Amino acid sequence: MSALTFTLKTRPDQRVDMSPLVCQALANLEPTDIAAIKLQCGKRKLRVDELFTISGFDVQHIVIKNSFAKLDYIGKDLDGGSIHVEGDVGAYCGMGLKKGVIKISGNTGIYAGCEMKKGQLEIDGNTGDFLGGALAGNKMGMKGGLILVKGNAGDRVGDHLRRGTILIEGSVGDYCGSRMIAGTIAVMGNTRKFLGHSMRRGTILLWNSPKLSASFNDCGSHTLAFLPMLFNSFKELNSPFADSQNAFNRVQRFAGDMAEIGRGEILVKI
Amino acid sequence: MIINGVTIDATFAEAFPMKGTRAIITAQNEKWAMIAAQAMTGFATSVIACGCEAGIERTLTPDETPDGRPGVAIMIFAMGGKGLAKQLETRAGQCVLTSPTSALFAGIDGGIRIPLGKNLRYFGDGFQTSKVISGKRYWRIPVMDGEFLAEATTGQVDTIGGGNFLVLAQSQPQALAACEAAIEEMRKIPNVIMPFPGGVVRSGSKVGSKYKTLGASTNDAFCPTLKGSTKKTDLSPDIESVMEIVIDGLTKEDIDKAMRVGIQAVCDLGSENGIMRISAGNYGGKLGPFHFHLQEIMA
Repeated sequence: MSALTFTLKTRPDQRVDMSPLVCQALANLEPTDIAAIKLQCGKRKLRVDELFTISGFDVQHIVIKNSFAKLDYIGKDLDGGSIHVEGDVGAYCGMGLKKGVIKISGNTGIYAGCEMKKGQLEIDGNTGDFLGGALAGNKMGMKGGLILVKGNAGDRVGDHLRRGTILIEGSVGDYCGSRMIAGTIAVMGNTRKFLGHSMRRGTILLWNSPKLSASFNDCGSHTLAFLPMLFNSFKELNSPFADSQNAFNRVQRFAGDMAEIGRGEILVKI
Repeated sequence: MIINGVTIDATFAEAFPMKGTRAIITAQNEKWAMIAAQAMTGFATSVIACGCEAGIERTLTPDETPDGRPGVAIMIFAMGGKGLAKQLETRAGQCVLTSPTSALFAGIDGGIRIPLGKNLRYFGDGFQTSKVISGKRYWRIPVMDGEFLAEATTGQVDTIGGGNFLVLAQSQPQALAACEAAIEEMRKIPNVIMPFPGGVVRSGSKVGSKYKTLGASTNDAFCPTLKGSTKKTDLSPDIESVMEIVIDGLTKEDIDKAMRVGIQAVCDLGSENGIMRISAGNYGGKLGPFHFHLQEIMA
């Protein structure tokens, strides 16, 4: 059975809320019912078939073609199945993801994977601020699962991260790992100012030396037994993170943020 | 039934249900993994007084262990789940946590989850951290040689303890040599341990005693020095020494397999090496519901 495919016909001026088009919501719906679903677009509600050409039947495998940066909430609260997007997407992609896989071939806007609970989000391009973070006012960001970004990420990666893993092949903006509660963020590229600001627990794993705040204390160089296991868990990914040549277990350990409880750590490859 | 001049008695070994688990100990090298494993499985020959029965199942190559270091798989069996959890925790805490370079992992993924490193983490005095990797939680406990890494839980499963057979020989050295040959073969079988010293027990017991406080006492029917004094001896005049091999295993099939290769190894030495009979600890149904019929196993 071929994947249920939505091909964007025209690019609306207003942003589109794509949250109704997730696998569990489309199960048991006839093609005509899917075509009749209303999507919020600015202050209007548009039928799916007004925006998209629909083909295929397999609601557990959704493909969105010709996507662009105003399609928001793609894969929101997805609870199983997969969504593949060809092109860029807007904000809140994979928000609250519970189960399943979301793959984006282009860039994403802000709040990708925010407050996701499980599952996997892969972004081939760049992503905006608050990747895997918490919505404004909320106290917990991503609570589980894995985010892989092949490009760069904006500011506040993993803000309030509670659990789960964020892997970034490129570089990140300011405040990466800010207010982290736990979990793991790994960055192969460069980091910027205020790394791990107010982080409580958790691990930020770096390939390149960061510029650290004064509230991170050097704990010396160490060989850590859990790192090979962590890298081993990435081996199925289509990413340099899966390459054993990029793995290491020898690190410089910095503890912080001492302005918080200081149980977090920044591990830098040596 | 006679194999290579060795008589296989028409009897059965009685075994009983136990709760069991497996843990994997790794270290910088096999030497230190083995030291930790030996410490953890020490004083664990019999539930009669040790609280559990434990033993080393086998050594593991680096590609068989979670952290890619040399390791040793150990198994622990106890009469109940609470007792097993208590023994596992105290032994892990005193013998593995303390052993240089060691790490501790679950050896059984299914079953009821019981704490492995879950409570040992408090040794970290607040500096401990956890990592969830591939859905499993591990505790990183800071210690003086670096970090002690321990998986939070391991699996407790229903198992069988007390599978056994007796080797009856013309002399003590011949009985021991036969048991050594058996143990060497039995250690190649997965999912079983032989918890007694070197895998061999020379003081097999019967159920009960003339002394009210004792639940078990010497198996006088198989004591060669009592051939003329006990009410009912099971030994013929030519038998001068009897030794027993006790097996605990995950399933009846595992114990069957271990008994088969063990008895076969003994029989391969044959009567020309002084091995006269193979018998078993049969307590008339008083001990347990699992019966391992020697002749069926060797058929």
